[in-house]
Amino acid sequence: MSENIEELSEKMAKLTVKRLSAEEEYPDLSQCNNHMAKVLTLSMYQELRRRATPNGFTIDDVIQTGVDNPGHPFIMTVGAVAGDEETFEVFKELLDIVIQDRHGGYKPTDKHKTDLNADNLKGGDDLDPNYVLSSRVRTGRSIRGFCLPPHCSRGERRAVEKLSIEALDALTGDLKGKYYALKNMTEAEQQQLIDDHFLFDKPVSPLLLASGMARDWPDARGIWHNDNKTFLVWVNEEDHLRVISMQKGGNMKEVFTRFCTGLTKIESLFKERGRDFMWNDHLGYILTCPSNLGTGLRAGVHVKLPNMSKHAKFEEILKRLRLQKRGTGGVDTAAVGGVFDISNADRLGFSEVELVQMVVDGVKLLVEMEKKLEKGQPIDDLMPAQK
Amino acid sequence: MPFGNTHNNFKLNYTVDDEFPDLSKHNNHMAKVLTKELYGKMRDKQTPSGYTLDDVIQTGVDNPGHPFIMTVGCVAGDEESYEVFKDLLDPVISDRHGGYKPTDKHKTDLNFENLKGGDDLDPNYVLSSRVRTGRSLKGYTLPPHNSRGERRAIEKLSIEALTSLDGEFKGKYYPLKSMTDAEQEQLINDHFLFDKPVSPLLTCAGMARDWPDGRGIWHNDNKTFLVWVNEEDHLRVISMQKGGNMREVFRRFCVGLQKIEEIFKKHNHGFMWNEHLGYILTCPSNLGTGLRGGVHVKLPKLSTHPKFEEILTRLRLQKRGTGGVDTASVGGVFDISNADRLGSSEVEQVQLVVDGVKLMVEMEKKLEKGEAIDSMIPAQK
Repeated sequence: MSENIEELSEKMAKLTVKRLSAEEEYPDLSQCNNHMAKVLTLSMYQELRRRATPNGFTIDDVIQTGVDNPGHPFIMTVGAVAGDEETFEVFKELLDIVIQDRHGGYKPTDKHKTDLNADNLKGGDDLDPNYVLSSRVRTGRSIRGFCLPPHCSRGERRAVEKLSIEALDALTGDLKGKYYALKNMTEAEQQQLIDDHFLFDKPVSPLLLASGMARDWPDARGIWHNDNKTFLVWVNEEDHLRVISMQKGGNMKEVFTRFCTGLTKIESLFKERGRDFMWNDHLGYILTCPSNLGTGLRAGVHVKLPNMSKHAKFEEILKRLRLQKRGTGGVDTAAVGGVFDISNADRLGFSEVELVQMVVDGVKLLVEMEKKLEKGQPIDDLMPAQK
Repeated sequence: MPFGNTHNNFKLNYTVDDEFPDLSKHNNHMAKVLTKELYGKMRDKQTPSGYTLDDVIQTGVDNPGHPFIMTVGCVAGDEESYEVFKDLLDPVISDRHGGYKPTDKHKTDLNFENLKGGDDLDPNYVLSSRVRTGRSLKGYTLPPHNSRGERRAIEKLSIEALTSLDGEFKGKYYPLKSMTDAEQEQLINDHFLFDKPVSPLLTCAGMARDWPDGRGIWHNDNKTFLVWVNEEDHLRVISMQKGGNMREVFRRFCVGLQKIEEIFKKHNHGFMWNEHLGYILTCPSNLGTGLRGGVHVKLPKLSTHPKFEEILTRLRLQKRGTGGVDTASVGGVFDISNADRLGSSEVEQVQLVVDGVKLMVEMEKKLEKGEAIDSMIPAQK
């Protein structure tokens, strides 16, 4: 930790009231199955409770969601969140290992590359629309200088909203759109946003609630989308901003191009107003959940793979392609009618272009395999190597 | 604590206008009292344990309330909250507790012998009797704010105090986190088990943190005296039994409470109490006695009488369904209990229940015979 942060951290920690000894305060993680629980020993807890970020975020704040949500025997949740940019520095000892476990061995010394130049993507404009029903790319962004959703005050959240509205209102051309604040949406607007599958609601997941992200709902939360309904921004949900580009069919290239153009434009509009996105060359884009570090990017398609999904090697193929499957309702849902949500599994250690390339190439291959299986032909010679 | 207010000072960089919550759609006591000026005046304060104004009001900001039910919308994080945030909590207390003034004194009377009668409520009508209250241990912060270490210390002390009881109070402690399936089933069947709060009123105030660590249920072998540890308050103490002998229920309640208090006092963690607010509990609505004394009583005819609500108001009683607060009555059976908590003593409140229920059962009997009850309508107590 840098000397400045260390000094500030100890000063802030002194202002935060201490209770009993580390042994008496150490959480019972015996029933927990999440990344935090696997890493946080008593001696680590003892050390980390002597610190706090400049904004007063403590180790207990970081881990509360993981203590309250022991996890699932099959799903490995992260169990820790950041309250501000400095969390990742002040609580390095815990978070570096959590990040390593979650992001395939990513080391504290590794560098993350950002590439938002859509021209670097090869192909991606010709995924077969008979199979690929829709394409979507999402990411998150945090505005430097504000605390993150688990810790921010109402004043900060409103400032983030105000800045975001200003930046988004300055978009033009096919990105021109409108902001709908959650707290004064009309019934008609709400219905339309639901029909468009754009509306987000107050979080109900205990993973989010336990970390304080739903406080003061719906104050300063809102949805912005362009008139074409292909570019959407969520303000102050799980991150300061969630940016989504989407459209029907298989032209991932176009979706990604709009994504990059829009993001880059928004970033420069924020810069004009003296604000940067949180980013560094080790962790890439800083977001609330350690699982979203790096690119924060999930690029995916809804694709019909009724035969492929029943093939004995389906899981193995996905793994080799560095892809993951979900049901079409998103994470934790089941596939309906053989239609799967297929997206990149990685976030950190690969650039945006590299991740979308994997999706494009991987989905193309999966569709070819599907067509073969339809004709009753084997797919053994199509099996990919581990990417 | 992870509810945004771990450290208050950096928020002072934002103006009062920036930080003042939007309470325009809110209907709770806090929202009716908290003006921007008041917020501005108190927002830089904190209790010695670090509890801030935003902590106090978070639950009320997150839960706008209901057009018909007036929730409190604020909680205490420690004993000092009621002093440091007086300017908000005194008016809230006054609104909630029938005009109780900051200068008023509250009387505690746990001498069950001062109760007149109460041992002869007709068991054909009065199916069960119950008295509950809460207690907070001095020197620890309250459930919205306490740490795991504090909660565990409270549990440890409580187990010590409770397992030292004997005679009719001899019993056993069941920690939530190591309960067997069989024990859990039994506690559910006895209607003793409490679960992780799901009400957003409680979860938004941080009372469910670290669940089920440090939480548990103790009850005596007779299953007539029950203590919840670390749910919404440090302790919730319940005395209950079938039938209408409220006197016996109240006796056991008073005796048990006083026995436990002795042991906590020995460890310098007696109950939080002062002569203005009585027993200090998490929710301002439970100040004073924290006592709800009630019966499950069959009143199928009286409950459909046009003057039922009026009678209850005059008797200073309230009705609930037999599932407790926010439930509907089933088969004409109502939960009837005292409406007041602060400004009258335990004996006085239980007396109101005893006298009031006796009267209502007489009225029910009259209505059964097709007779009028107008001559029996009571004056306002």
